[in-house]
Amino acid sequence: MTPLVRVTGPAARLPLANIDTDIIFPARFLLITEKAGLGRYAFHDRADLAVPPGTAILVTGDNFGCGSSREQAPWALADLGVRVLIGAGFGEIFAANCFKNGMLPIVLGPGELARVDAAVQAGAVIAVDLETQEIAVADQDSIRFSVEPARREALLSGWDEIGRIRAGYAAQIASFEQRQRAAIPWLWRAQQGSLNG
Amino acid sequence: MPRTLYDKIWDAHVVARDAGGEVLLYIDRQLLHEVSSPQAFAALREHGLQVHRPASHIAVADHAVPTHDRGAPIADPQARAQVALLAANCAEYGVEYLALDGERQGIVHVIGPEQGFTLPGLTFVCSDSHSATHGAFGALAFGIGASECGTVLAAQVLWQKRAATMRVTFTGALPDHVSAKDMILALIARIGASGATGYAIEYAGEAVRALSMEARMTLCNMSIEAGSRTGLVAPDETTFAYLAGRPRAPQEADWDAALADWRALASDADARFDREVTIDIADLAPQLSFGTSPDQTLPIGGRVPDPGDAPDPAQRDKLAGALAYMGLAPGTAMTDIAVDHVFIGSCTNGRIEDLRAAAAMVGMGRVAKGVRALVVPGSGAVKRQAEAEGLDAVFIAAGFEWREAGCSLCVAMNDDRLPAGARCASTSNRNFEGRQGIGARTHLVSPAMAAAAAIAGRFVDIRSWRA
Repeated sequence: MTPLVRVTGPAARLPLANIDTDIIFPARFLLITEKAGLGRYAFHDRADLAVPPGTAILVTGDNFGCGSSREQAPWALADLGVRVLIGAGFGEIFAANCFKNGMLPIVLGPGELARVDAAVQAGAVIAVDLETQEIAVADQDSIRFSVEPARREALLSGWDEIGRIRAGYAAQIASFEQRQRAAIPWLWRAQQGSLNG
Repeated sequence: MPRTLYDKIWDAHVVARDAGGEVLLYIDRQLLHEVSSPQAFAALREHGLQVHRPASHIAVADHAVPTHDRGAPIADPQARAQVALLAANCAEYGVEYLALDGERQGIVHVIGPEQGFTLPGLTFVCSDSHSATHGAFGALAFGIGASECGTVLAAQVLWQKRAATMRVTFTGALPDHVSAKDMILALIARIGASGATGYAIEYAGEAVRALSMEARMTLCNMSIEAGSRTGLVAPDETTFAYLAGRPRAPQEADWDAALADWRALASDADARFDREVTIDIADLAPQLSFGTSPDQTLPIGGRVPDPGDAPDPAQRDKLAGALAYMGLAPGTAMTDIAVDHVFIGSCTNGRIEDLRAAAAMVGMGRVAKGVRALVVPGSGAVKRQAEAEGLDAVFIAAGFEWREAGCSLCVAMNDDRLPAGARCASTSNRNFEGRQGIGARTHLVSPAMAAAAAIAGRFVDIRSWRA
């Protein structure tokens, strides 16, 4: 995963509330089994919402990315160049999917969000620094944001989650399984046998 | 310290904690489908890994599959390749695959419970946002993305943050012709499409205790439509009666041991929830959505709201946009809205009780002229049961199309798609723009409301219709 430390670049805004992942990435394109090159399908049926390729920062309305868990939504946005989303709130699964793909969803309160949104609307340059957890907005005071420490670390380092878990926690997973097997033997027996047999 | 059901399952699955408070949570079981698993298997391949515990997964194709002519190869080459890829990945990695032409195929969230794969007290994931369905059994079930699906395949764990807890208590008794679908739509309308974001919901109260497992699944299924990944109902005798004898449920002495474990799962009487919501359903009316977000829902006696009455410009614009898409004028009575399509099915309302309720409403009626109506059972087992009861004959005689199991018009990834401008009474879970086809308009309703709309050609108050 590409590390994310500082992001500055073209910003765009989608202020509508409840832009769901069906709007971001229509279902019929989910038949594609690749995850690269999906940007061309983003907002395919809503040309009025189209995010210009090269957009690095996206300011969004409330509950952006609600609905379907399709990870094609962040993959498509990433393909367009988006690394940071700033909004009042995000669909939970969408936000989790962003973190897995080197993208940072930032939640701000209404006043601070309005400042960022106004700056983007006015064409000002904004810069997001994950190390200091600050958004620099033109010549105004910078805005602090919070992010889960583990998610921040993962983004800053560009960690490969599967590799890290396998390398760092294999013994703990094995010992959990041993304990569960002893405590709940019926659970492990219930998984035996084939339904197709 | 007293604990909630959510706390108990969470605590029993903690593998490790990090300094910031996230938990490495053990995942007992996962369901896989053709749309979100290709990239997860690709991640295994990239890492040169095997599936950590193959027996903890079941795979089935549901989203992209046709619901007619199932004997023939899938006509759409992309869908055909996607389903073939799932079968090939399962064969390569030793994961059980329930074949499209086999008797156990169906929608992931219908077949998991049917096979007894969904059990109380487990952690349960699927790369699908309606995974909270399995919470109806008192499992901690939540939707994930394709990357997390790969992590579970590779290591059986996920980094997770503990959710806040919300208890939704339904009081009163459910009136005739009103269902679990109306209960969950009423909740979403009350708290909003992001009202439960960050919370795990526990559904409680006598009205919930009185619901069948099918109805509890409907209730939990749409938790995500209020923003929550997780909806739970504490297991009870209704749960145990449903599970007894299911293929993957524990048997004999193991069943007794499991029962003892499951009886201890309920939230402690003095457990505290971060938020409490109470809804009295004694006077609940049948609900239907009128907009393009599930929280834009009204009782059948309601009228389309006026954007001019919205409290602020943002809400005014949101409502005006929804009404423009839906082709509805402010002030229109819900019972004056005519439909040209009806869809009965999905992981929300594609189970046997749903089909019974719909067939009972159809009775001797005929689908109205100009209306196209589909019934798509949630699984092959549901289809066979309905046929054994003669429900298929009721639907077919009335002019409904009787299809094979799949997601169909809930997601419109197969060839079941509506044309632009079509207006559909749908038992599915999302009225999003384009959800049933580009430009198609969706009204979310219960199976009985959808069946009545098919016969009447418009929405009717089924409490008094035909009375």
